[in-house]
Amino acid sequence: MEIVAEKKPKNDERKAVRVSGAEALILSLEHEGVTTIFGYPGGAIMPVYDALFDHQENIHHILMRHEQGAVHAAQGFARASGRVGVVFATSGPGATNLITGIADAMIDSTPVVCITGNVFSPLLGTDAFQETDVVGISMPVTKWNHQVTSAEEIPDAIAKAFYIAKSGRPGPVLVDITKDAQVNEFDFSYKTCEGIRSYHPVPALDNDKLKEAADLINKAKRPFVLFGQGIILSHAENELKAFIEKTGIPAAWTLLGLSALPTNHPLNVGMLGMHGNYGPNFLSNESDVVIAVGMRFDDRVTGKVSEYLNNSKVIHMDIDPSEINKIIHADVPVLGDAKESLSALTALVNENSHEEWIQRFRDCDKKEHEKVIKNELFPTAGVLTMGEVIRIMSENAKSDAIIVTDVGQHQMVTSRYSKFVKSKSSITSGGLGTMGFCLPAAIGARFGAPERQVIGVIGDGGFQMTIQELGTIFQTDIELKILILNNHYLGMVRQWQQLFFDKRYSATEMVNPDFQTIARGYGIESKKIEKREDLESGIKEFLNFKGSYLLEVVVGKENNVFPMVPAGCSVAEIRLE
Amino acid sequence: MNEEYTISVFSENHVGVLHRITTIFTRRGINIESITVSESEIHGIHRFNIVVSSTEVLMEKVVKQIEKQIEVLRAFFYPLDKIIYQEIALYKLPVEAVQNGTSIEHIIRNNHARILTVEKDFLVVEKTGHKQETQALFDELKPYGVLEFVRSGRVALSKSPQRFKDYLDAPELGKRNTDEEVRELAENN
Ligand SMILES: Cc1ncc(C[n+]2csc(CCOP(=O)(O)OP(=O)(O)O)c2C)c(N)n1
Ligand SMILES: [Mg+2]
Repeated sequence: MEIVAEKKPKNDERKAVRVSGAEALILSLEHEGVTTIFGYPGGAIMPVYDALFDHQENIHHILMRHEQGAVHAAQGFARASGRVGVVFATSGPGATNLITGIADAMIDSTPVVCITGNVFSPLLGTDAFQETDVVGISMPVTKWNHQVTSAEEIPDAIAKAFYIAKSGRPGPVLVDITKDAQVNEFDFSYKTCEGIRSYHPVPALDNDKLKEAADLINKAKRPFVLFGQGIILSHAENELKAFIEKTGIPAAWTLLGLSALPTNHPLNVGMLGMHGNYGPNFLSNESDVVIAVGMRFDDRVTGKVSEYLNNSKVIHMDIDPSEINKIIHADVPVLGDAKESLSALTALVNENSHEEWIQRFRDCDKKEHEKVIKNELFPTAGVLTMGEVIRIMSENAKSDAIIVTDVGQHQMVTSRYSKFVKSKSSITSGGLGTMGFCLPAAIGARFGAPERQVIGVIGDGGFQMTIQELGTIFQTDIELKILILNNHYLGMVRQWQQLFFDKRYSATEMVNPDFQTIARGYGIESKKIEKREDLESGIKEFLNFKGSYLLEVVVGKENNVFPMVPAGCSVAEIRLE
Repeated sequence: MNEEYTISVFSENHVGVLHRITTIFTRRGINIESITVSESEIHGIHRFNIVVSSTEVLMEKVVKQIEKQIEVLRAFFYPLDKIIYQEIALYKLPVEAVQNGTSIEHIIRNNHARILTVEKDFLVVEKTGHKQETQALFDELKPYGVLEFVRSGRVALSKSPQRFKDYLDAPELGKRNTDEEVRELAENN
């Protein structure tokens, strides 16, 4: 007699229980290990919030002050923890408020699952109260989205949403659930998604390509590694380090790759891009082999594309086939997960060192130090510079602190001068450059890594884009350090006006409120620093304070961030002044 | 230099896939000349045929963006000489057109068209062929007073010996891996 092994039910294939769609959603989220949700309620998602009420022990819902903030918080959570961020919002305005955050998560490959409520399905398309086609609106900025109109579909839709959000190149997904689907009852059971036939998140490694790549690397005289967030997303920090240490190749990072390799690693030659370091930009075009890992050749990195890497063979390692040859022709494309590809590649390359080549970077560093860094970090007279504030902040912060930045001059300065030893320590809006990102993202990071110090560095402009999230800090009573670098300008735009528009400061000057009074209203300790002699003690007090603290430092109004690759110029034309 | 390309997309039959695909063109300012969608030889899998005027370089990028969509199984692009294709056109004429002698019958015969129906007031002629051919017939019929004219989007099959099902059945043929493969497919197909 043939013995047929009985298929054991997986532990997540629970016995069916009769529940409402809303309850099923919460149970599904629990199955996915969700413990934190950022959201904002409203009519169309009320059944879900009602179901949540019974699960408060397992799921912590953080009431944000704006749906955009909810997505940024989920992004901060995801980037700090490596887990999926989850967002709840209602239909109509709640849903449309999500879009900026979703677009940000899309371009920066951040795994976020957004759940929106919608009107009863028979009302779809009737211009019912707060009915918006959120699936249509979010389509171009989501990795996947889906509308659920019956309760039975909820578990599968959620399982799929999580699988898609976190697998392969991560990204935001949105599941829109009509009110009837939330209230109708059905027999719930859950099964995590293990694959979708039309979706192949991780391309298989191609050994021939790896050999070709290794060959190029072994023969290279001036090889150069460019790495991006792909290293962090695939947990390939150690593999990257092993690879560069074996081959002796200098490595530079994109804005989103920051902190994947400790700042003080001898082969870390600094930041790429428009306001990156002098050496990595200037020397790009002198390299003969470029190994680009988990980065996508953003135009802020490449400068003028037709004058970029023209003398180099390019090995492009990425998980997303559509990135290959999108901007820069890849002589050797290596598709796959960075962790896997890098360790396979390391096995194939020779031990080597490139002292002379690395010396070139050091020479460039010297030049940059003389012309830019010295005055920026150690000024002795005149207005406060952003650089000295960040230097002192970084020296006094916990070594594993998470630094979250907004968008503008302060973002560039903070990224350039903060020191990192641990991965997932820098969180910023890169691809979309969304002002207002920092404050909510820092809140999210706090929940994503509660054991770590979280410091948000924000400009006076960006702070006022999501300033209402101070209310979230107040209500949740978290400890967050907020450093406002106040130059009374939309500084980055003003810098462009100064350099490229004849100093015509059109609509960039900011008349700001008293930030201390505002902070006080939210029960947040606050101080303003205007003098150099108060800076160090002020920063120490700020960082050592038990509880949230808003420190405003008034910095030079018309200071500029250098070096700079002017828009449309080659990276080799990088300016030091 | 722009050339005419036909893109074939195989996707799941889900709400919204069409929107996801068309925004890829819209975002890059590529005008879609024609589009048809219908179920393929495999139950539940839909096939899009999209005709655009573009360059090979752009087509490679666009096809990869299309394949990136979760619900798309595969996408291919072909220059004209790699496909067998047809369009169908219908012409509505006043019934007097046939009553006025034999010349119209002659035109229909010579163009390998056929009369689909003759009603009290009008008749409908059908012709399949390439756009130039259906257009040529239109021009010939015009003097007889064409009341309505409609032409379908392109339906196209590749000249490749590969069946789409082979891609589905063999996981290693899943989504394409490298650009060389893209080019190979474009060349061999
Ligand atoms: C939502 C949004 N609107 C506009 C911009 C354009 N922008 C980029 S940087 C910048 C100035 C930021 O000013 P501030 O927050 O004070 O920072 P600073 O540059 O002064 O450090 C602006 C307006 C943007 N990036 N995001
Ligand atoms: Mg400012």
